[in-house]
Amino acid sequence: MSDIPLRSYRPVTTEAPLFRTALIVVVLGILAVLLFAPLITVFYEALRKGALEALTSLANPEALSAIKLTLLVAALAVPLNAVFGIAAAWFITKYDFRGKAFLITLIDLPFSVSPVVAGLCIVLTFGANTAFGGWLVGMGYPIVFALPGIVLASLFVTFPFVARELIPVMIEQGRAEEEAALTLGASGWRVFLTVTLPNIRWALLYGVLLANARAMGEFGAVAVVSGKIRGVTATMPITIEMMYNEYLSVAAFSLAGVLALLALVTLALKTALEIAHADALAANHRH
Amino acid sequence: MRIEIDEISKQFGTTAALTPVSLAIPSGALVALLGPSGSGKTTLLRILGGLEFPTSGRVLFDGQDATGLTVQDRRAGFVFQSYALFRHMTVFDNIAYGLNARPRASRPPKAEVTRRVQKLLELIQLPDIGSRYPSQLSGGQRQRVALARALAIEPRMLLLDEPFGALDAKVRKELRQGLRDIHDETGLTTVFVTHDQEEAMELADLVVVMSMGRIEQIGKPADIRARPASQFVREFITA
Ligand SMILES: Nc1ncnc2c1ncn2[C@@H]1O[C@H](COP(=O)(O)OP(=O)(O)O)[C@@H](O)[C@H]1O
Ligand SMILES: [Mg+2]
Repeated sequence: MSDIPLRSYRPVTTEAPLFRTALIVVVLGILAVLLFAPLITVFYEALRKGALEALTSLANPEALSAIKLTLLVAALAVPLNAVFGIAAAWFITKYDFRGKAFLITLIDLPFSVSPVVAGLCIVLTFGANTAFGGWLVGMGYPIVFALPGIVLASLFVTFPFVARELIPVMIEQGRAEEEAALTLGASGWRVFLTVTLPNIRWALLYGVLLANARAMGEFGAVAVVSGKIRGVTATMPITIEMMYNEYLSVAAFSLAGVLALLALVTLALKTALEIAHADALAANHRH
Repeated sequence: MRIEIDEISKQFGTTAALTPVSLAIPSGALVALLGPSGSGKTTLLRILGGLEFPTSGRVLFDGQDATGLTVQDRRAGFVFQSYALFRHMTVFDNIAYGLNARPRASRPPKAEVTRRVQKLLELIQLPDIGSRYPSQLSGGQRQRVALARALAIEPRMLLLDEPFGALDAKVRKELRQGLRDIHDETGLTTVFVTHDQEEAMELADLVVVMSMGRIEQIGKPADIRARPASQFVREFITA
């Protein structure tokens, strides 16, 4: 063994210094062009005619209505999806049944189906010219071109986030703790509240934040189902697009700035979570 | 409490985990279910604890049919193979869990819960670890906490799945004696699962040798040693 020359102490997984530097520069360059430049442009364009102008444009009823609608849709869709996501993850991880793999694939469907197609499906299912949709319109509860349709569309596009965060965590944790609680006399509901929920809380919060970011930013599906009625069914992304098409660039970019800020807050919360609870989230490295 | 297992079978899809087995466990006995991996020991233990329901057959507690009794109503102190301690709770809260889960009418007051948990911590000879979390304990300490948690509900029987499986040889010997002492002190009918014939023979009053979902032999350790009922038993206890 002693005749093997000791040429280098560099670990085998480390590249040559020059190559490493080049790689870092390229990555930073791509980040700058694709991420930072657009973000800076949004705020630059919004503030080009001064902060007063930007704020005035946000006070416009159309912009205010869009902000309110987007927050309302997120406030409805995200909690609903948290509940659906927990139920789906629970069902998938705590029971054995045929077709489980298929169900897991189905949960991912919204990732692969274009949101526009999803929106069209909602229109075709609940539109005024379908039997069910027509009946609902007659009763005074239209779904398409109204709030329920927007919430449905948002539910569809955000469905995978919570379930996908929870499934690996719950699989990793298994059923033993829940079974132990049952043998100690706890009811099913008590087991859920005192054992299951505390064990998944960080993954759940993480999934909720991701779902929230997606719900606020969704364009395609909402564009189809909302009918883009100004001041009524136009969410922030829809309103931004309409303003931009009408050359109201300060208004469009100011609203876009608010949307970007909301996303940045979500991202900051998510990062804070990752730092504080790295262990609990270790089961999912996908994001 | 006397336990009778009357022609119990268990089918998982096409796998027969238990072909009809029958077994009578006298009150206060310390019984080992001994057999190789996959022989149906855990399945039988889980059926006793109400975590699994048999495909056919009956379970009787003190002569009463208990087959349909829910897991909560069995009041079986169950120690899981990997202990299954609640990872987000302190040792104290783990042990107090069963007492706090009782319906309000029969739930002991807070001071009483504290007193009982402290008494159990002393029983397992770990009086000062109440405020620690399971991740801060050694394997042997975890096993003892799991035992204390199971004892806290004042169970009618004690069921343990490979209670020493995850421990090194020295700790294993100590805890064996610990289980024997606790059994003798409480007088609880106790059933434990093991694949280690030496452990079964040394600890149990009655050994049940299992293989492929069947009971091969039931007897006192000395009798099984002296007169193995089948080729399988002879080979297994000398392995
Ligand atoms: N939940 C289950 N689903 C399907 N098969 C199972 C399940 N639990 C146990 N089995 C099967 O039943 C048989 C007995 O298992 P088990 O009781 O765990 O044996 P042991 O504890 O003696 O190792 C094995 O073949 C095992 O694969
Ligand atoms: Mg087993």
